Amino acid sequence: MRFHTPKTFENAVAIAAAASGQTRFLAGGTDVLVQLRAAMVLPDDLIDLKHIPGVKEITRTSDGGWRIGIAVSGAELGRHAGIGADYPGVVEGMQLVGSTQVQGRATLVGNLCNGSPAADSVPAMVAAGAWVSVIGPQGVRDVKVEDIPAGPGRTTLKAGELITGITLPPRGANAGDAYLRFIPRTEMDIAVVGVAVNLRLDGDRISEARVALGAVAPKILLVPAAAQAIIGTMLDDAALDDAALDALAAAAIAASTPISDKRGTAEFRKDIVGVLVKRAARIALDRAKGATK
Amino acid sequence: MPKDDLKTGYRLVGTRPNRPDGLDKVTGRARYGADISAPGMLHAAVVRSPHAHARIIRIDASKALALDGVKAVITRADFPTGLTGEDWNLQENTIAGDVALYDGHAVAAVAATSKLLAQDAAKLIEVEYEVLPHVIDVDAAMQPGAPVIRAGTADHSVPDGMHPNVVKYIDFGHGDLAAGFAAADLVRAQSYKTEATHQGYIEPHACLGQMGEDGKGEMWVCTQGQWYIRRMCSAVLGTDASQLRVTPSEIGGGFGGKTTIFMEPLALALSRKAGGRPVKLVMSRAEVLRATGPTASASMDVKLGMKADGTLTAASVNFRMQGGAFLGSSPVGEALSCALACYNIPAVHHEGYEVLANRPKAAAYRAPGSPMAAFAVESLLDEMCRELGLDPLAVRLKNAVHEGVKSSYGPTYNRIGLVETLQATMAHANLTVPLGPNQGRGVAAGFWFNHGGETSVSLAIGEDGTVTVSVGTPDIGGSRASLGMMTAETLGIAYEAVRVNIVETGALGVNEPTHGSRATFASGLAAVEAAKQAIAQMCARAAAEWGIEPEAVEWLDGAAVPAGPNAGKFPPMTIAEIGAKMGSTGGPISGHHEVTAGGFGASFGAHVVDVEVDPETGRTTVLRYLVVQDAGCAIHPAYVEGQYQGGAVQGIGWALNEEYVYGADGRLQNPVFLDYRIPVASDLPMIDTVIVEVPNPGHPYGVRGVGETGITPPLPALANAIAAATGARLRSLPMSPPKVLAAIKAKARG
Repeated sequence: MRFHTPKTFENAVAIAAAASGQTRFLAGGTDVLVQLRAAMVLPDDLIDLKHIPGVKEITRTSDGGWRIGIAVSGAELGRHAGIGADYPGVVEGMQLVGSTQVQGRATLVGNLCNGSPAADSVPAMVAAGAWVSVIGPQGVRDVKVEDIPAGPGRTTLKAGELITGITLPPRGANAGDAYLRFIPRTEMDIAVVGVAVNLRLDGDRISEARVALGAVAPKILLVPAAAQAIIGTMLDDAALDDAALDALAAAAIAASTPISDKRGTAEFRKDIVGVLVKRAARIALDRAKGATK
Repeated sequence: MPKDDLKTGYRLVGTRPNRPDGLDKVTGRARYGADISAPGMLHAAVVRSPHAHARIIRIDASKALALDGVKAVITRADFPTGLTGEDWNLQENTIAGDVALYDGHAVAAVAATSKLLAQDAAKLIEVEYEVLPHVIDVDAAMQPGAPVIRAGTADHSVPDGMHPNVVKYIDFGHGDLAAGFAAADLVRAQSYKTEATHQGYIEPHACLGQMGEDGKGEMWVCTQGQWYIRRMCSAVLGTDASQLRVTPSEIGGGFGGKTTIFMEPLALALSRKAGGRPVKLVMSRAEVLRATGPTASASMDVKLGMKADGTLTAASVNFRMQGGAFLGSSPVGEALSCALACYNIPAVHHEGYEVLANRPKAAAYRAPGSPMAAFAVESLLDEMCRELGLDPLAVRLKNAVHEGVKSSYGPTYNRIGLVETLQATMAHANLTVPLGPNQGRGVAAGFWFNHGGETSVSLAIGEDGTVTVSVGTPDIGGSRASLGMMTAETLGIAYEAVRVNIVETGALGVNEPTHGSRATFASGLAAVEAAKQAIAQMCARAAAEWGIEPEAVEWLDGAAVPAGPNAGKFPPMTIAEIGAKMGSTGGPISGHHEVTAGGFGASFGAHVVDVEVDPETGRTTVLRYLVVQDAGCAIHPAYVEGQYQGGAVQGIGWALNEEYVYGADGRLQNPVFLDYRIPVASDLPMIDTVIVEVPNPGHPYGVRGVGETGITPPLPALANAIAAATGARLRSLPMSPPKVLAAIKAKARG
């Protein structure tokens, strides 16, 4: 195994492009090192990206969004007041990954590139409308987060391509998001179902919404039909009306194609995605109305 | 009985001094199984069957042996033939013969100069299998047409006409069952299932073994019983037990699972084949879950008869258990004996079947058999109490066994503490906490026999008057502290003046492992006797110096003193003074006691749990949890509380989420802690404890074992609480969210 510590993304791309065997990029390492120790993956070239300047930074974009470096850990993200205020759902999704120790290392990009349909940080990024910057032998491009996963353990990134940063769009006014997952325990577990809802209010009406689902399909789903179920609905006694919530749940259930496995049955996952999407929508709504967390 | 009344006069017993192993453990100095290394050491890796049931056609190790640094490969051909009974079972489980019997069954092993090289070499060992039909479920394994795992295994007890996988039948009871049920106002019968669970000890099995061609060997190993390791390894290898010296390491959890062998003979056989170089073998977590001994899975029928006032009139139980592919590995006999042990019932009948399945060979797990039995019996009892509108604790108290009652399993009880335990439970504040929506309270009682067993302890007085105690029972729950306290109490010296060592097989006579909650009871009893012998010698030395009769000297507060005014007037001769000159007064002073200890006392417990169940997801949250249990005498109450809490936590895990999940191919789907879901700390409230102390007359300080009973009530207590919270009764474990939600939905449909 060859261990590389490039100082630029261009250099990292060059190393990856020249490699012929198994290649892995290393940021937090909370997936790669575990797979390596379990002998699931024994890379010929391991490319550590943490030595590239700027990868640990969170910066405000000129239009008021956020750009998050690829080596920013969950713990660092969780202590960032600005992102926590704008996108509490993204932060809570990332903070559900692993233990306190893992939070000191694990990264958003790593969670995305691991390609798990159950990745906790990804649904909220998808719901937030986040995109990633990709660099590769053919140059650079921007890709929506929902277009990165290709299936369990696979991404749409091409050989030699890697992500250089994540961008969250400007938050704007009267918006809120939330991520909920179901696990049988309280922590240290893999999502049986994950649900993210991001919405915006225009007066008493939901004017924009994005709903993303995890662990109910081969990859994380953006479900426009679920969003449509609540867009335009009125508030009734400061809560979403039951009909809209039921339509939201029905759309989420309809979009789900889960499997039965050791973590839960398909029937159970369908039940739970309907329950969680309603609960997440209520939290996102409260946050849009100014509730903190 | 308030313990303060009992502890009068004790200086140390009942206090909470620092644990003797604490500093080593928090600083990382404690040496566990994998921490032991030796010069020239090789590392081993094991080739395991990926099939639940498969004939081994061919094993070709030539590619592995061609690697530079690979020093030995072993298969079953490297082990002696002709073993019988449990020795054969142990050998067959250590390394498969003609047939691999479960997913993870060892078929070959390799030793090489590094762990990575050994793992690479293991991958190069080619094994050709003929896959055979398999069976996992205990009920399915009994059905006509089920794959036969090993014809001819059944013993004489099995009635004619049963499937060959049924290998043992048990039938016992007393009283007139028909009359008992006829006398009942309510008779109910139900069926229950529990899935296999693993002890989940944090430290995987690990050993360092060395053996020459002469059959002389040494082993350092993480175990609950170094003499069992010695006897079992020697039997499997065909060597003499006394030629193998086994030293136990510090142990990161056992719970019964480390009272037998799994891979230890492989390390010795590899060493023997590699010219006597030491071989280290450390299991991964996946190997632990696939190839060590979980407890049995069970299928159970229970029938109870009850009068309108709650008096039990008759009970019958019929249990089926699988403990893997070997006769004698399931705890069906213990399960039957524990099932009705809490209650004084005029007519009881027990039937049990042991069944083979393509699963790992079960090992002991904390009160083996009792938790499953309690799940079935205590669940049905709870249902009947609800049906009759009776208080479930009052019904248990009404029927509770006490001194002089003939137990359901035969013997007549001596002094036991179930009544006192239930009374303490009913008086506890947790029972008066109001419950909210979707919340429910469940109670259950539990029992474990405890055990005495073969025990040998030595004690030696040091030159400075401090004391060394050598015991053969590895410390898995605080026994070094409790043994040190009892020794110091008896000798009248400071707790800190005693060091308790867990010694190797050459240092004492044969000791059974730390099992049956016996260490503080049996090694404690022997340590007290050894201390008394040393006291007698020290009194004799003082008497000789004073020129008076030994009978005229007594021992008081760590010193020899004249027994009374007639004995003469001499200042006390302290243990330090006696130790300092013992070389010139007759030589070293020690004490030694060995015994197959009887007199052990059963421990009863009662648990109360409050849960909240999310009606939309089926997820159960434990809100509060109470353990009340009879300790006999709590030598070190903090350790006793820890045992109560640990048992409850393991039982909660078993009840709610732990299970062996098998695919249709018979492979274990969840051999990692990520998916084998033991509770994490944040899942649980602080477990409340009450120590009841009804002294065991068979122990000098009244000790009963406390380690096991605590895992027994949680299974039914959780089921009863979930039923109270949801109205849905779950009769199959684990009560995981998908099953609870399905039960809630089924109830809603009517």
